[in-house]
Amino acid sequence: MKLGYLAYKNMVSKPLNLLMSLMLLFLSVSLVTFVLELSQQLGGQLSKNIAPFDMVVGAKGSPLQLVLSSVLHIDAPTGNIKLKEVAVLQKHPFVKNAIPVSYGDNYKGFRILGTELGYLDIYNAQLSEGDLYDKPFEVVAGNSVAQRLGLKIGDNFISSHGLAASGIEAHDEHPFILKGILGSTGTVVDQLLITNLESIWKAHDHGEDDHHEEEGESPKEHEEKEITALLVKFKSPLGMVQLPRFINENTSMQAALPSFEVQRLMGLLGSGVQTINGIALAILLVSGLSIFISLLKTIRERRQELALLRIYGLRTRQLLKLALLEGIFLAGIGFVLGWILGRLGIWGVSQYTQASFGYALQVNGPDLFELLLLGLILTLAVIATLLASRSIFKLNVAKTLSDA
Amino acid sequence: MVSTFNLSYAYENGQELVFPDIGLTPGEHLLVMGPSGVGKTTLLYLMAGLLPPLNGTVSIAGTELNSLTRHEMDKFRGEHIGLIFQQYHFIRSLNVAENLRLRQSFPKKSNDDKRSQELMERLGLTEHLNKRVTALSQGQEQRLSIALGLIHKPKIIFADEPTSNLDDVNCIKVIDLLKEEAKISMSSLLIITHDQRVLSHFQNQVVL
Repeated sequence: MKLGYLAYKNMVSKPLNLLMSLMLLFLSVSLVTFVLELSQQLGGQLSKNIAPFDMVVGAKGSPLQLVLSSVLHIDAPTGNIKLKEVAVLQKHPFVKNAIPVSYGDNYKGFRILGTELGYLDIYNAQLSEGDLYDKPFEVVAGNSVAQRLGLKIGDNFISSHGLAASGIEAHDEHPFILKGILGSTGTVVDQLLITNLESIWKAHDHGEDDHHEEEGESPKEHEEKEITALLVKFKSPLGMVQLPRFINENTSMQAALPSFEVQRLMGLLGSGVQTINGIALAILLVSGLSIFISLLKTIRERRQELALLRIYGLRTRQLLKLALLEGIFLAGIGFVLGWILGRLGIWGVSQYTQASFGYALQVNGPDLFELLLLGLILTLAVIATLLASRSIFKLNVAKTLSDA
Repeated sequence: MVSTFNLSYAYENGQELVFPDIGLTPGEHLLVMGPSGVGKTTLLYLMAGLLPPLNGTVSIAGTELNSLTRHEMDKFRGEHIGLIFQQYHFIRSLNVAENLRLRQSFPKKSNDDKRSQELMERLGLTEHLNKRVTALSQGQEQRLSIALGLIHKPKIIFADEPTSNLDDVNCIKVIDLLKEEAKISMSSLLIITHDQRVLSHFQNQVVL
């Protein structure tokens, strides 16, 4: 029989004790891993999605809201701007790409975004099936949308007005037709239904449908037309310095910098994350103490069994190993269960964010920090065990066995 | 061969005990008698290397216990000495079979399954192997305790008051069992008791 087996049996022989010493550890590990994973994934998701754009131009309002709505597609837009007004930006020498986006409709909660094909290139979105959109009301679906809604090429669907899923089908005179499905990109594109700008305009121009029956019109021919925002990538860093300020001071529009806004947002979240980590760390230390007390108690209760093991020929060092194994088992089980709970939490949040914002979080394997955390916990358990097992060295076998 | 020479022990309060010399050949039985408090259990612990003597030596199978380090003593005791206590000591988190296997696992692995099966059958423990030790009756505990003292074929078996909790019938049974098992494993048997009922069953006696 191995010492490990005996340690395991000793540990599980008192389930209530086990539960008591595991609970705090379990709680703190799940809290730390959950919060860190959540903030990392959120930060990662946000940076990945804003990376292609340096500036967003939209209607006046909150710059954060503009970034959230137009780049990340999670908030309501600040309003619309005239396509004519941004036309000059699209040709500006400092500007590399300027992509207009326009939206206002959804299909079963997934946003329908009107934009140019260049938008897909910027996010490196490739078709996995079918063709790109060409005519108004032709749509390509992001990978997640297609999967979640079970869409197939050639499907027809009717959009609902607004950005949240609702039963009101406002635009039933203009069914969309699915032309293509995009491969997975891990970005917001996966969560979107993408069509051209004309589709959005036509869907909303109920009174003047007949004026725009021609197909393949470019947005520039509709200078009175509105878009929701213009997404800009600069060619030169000078653009970053000059254009946002120019737009904010001299036009009725506003320019927001996604990286700045996201940084601000993460800064706000960061202090919350730190607070929770502080609390979790305090719980972790208390859990170390609780493991110490529980082991101390077990070792006292088992003095006679330890003396018996000495009779069986086990050395003091082996008894210490037995106690250490039990401490390490406790710590390991606490960590693993806590980690699993943390990931279950991520999974649960992911269900929620997927349903409400169209963002899915990934349930990842353990990362480096978590391995370090495991190391810290094991160290803590070893220290607690060594402190608790000092009496093993002083064990008087003869006396302990006679005292029975 | 087990022998003591000029053995004495000093208690913490300064009281000193001197023991008569004892010699046992393999397979031989010895009964150590005496009223409570004369140091019978102390003699047993001295001979098992669990207490250090004030003077004198204990030698078991040619090894002088004094010459062993603490670690060597633990190992030696585990391999060559069987102890049967008045009170039963088991590992409570393990079942009967696991307690026996544990006894065979240290310090040298000697899982002689055939031997343990035979021993279990003779002791009537076969059908209780999967029981928790806390669920055993007193008689079963007694027999398990004996099994734990014997299973690793020790050179010498020390039994401390093995019959004190038993009625007359079971007392005789246990004595016979100990003698028989000691004979099978060719172990010397040293029984310490103040129980007069045991007296007539052993020719070889020392009175403290």
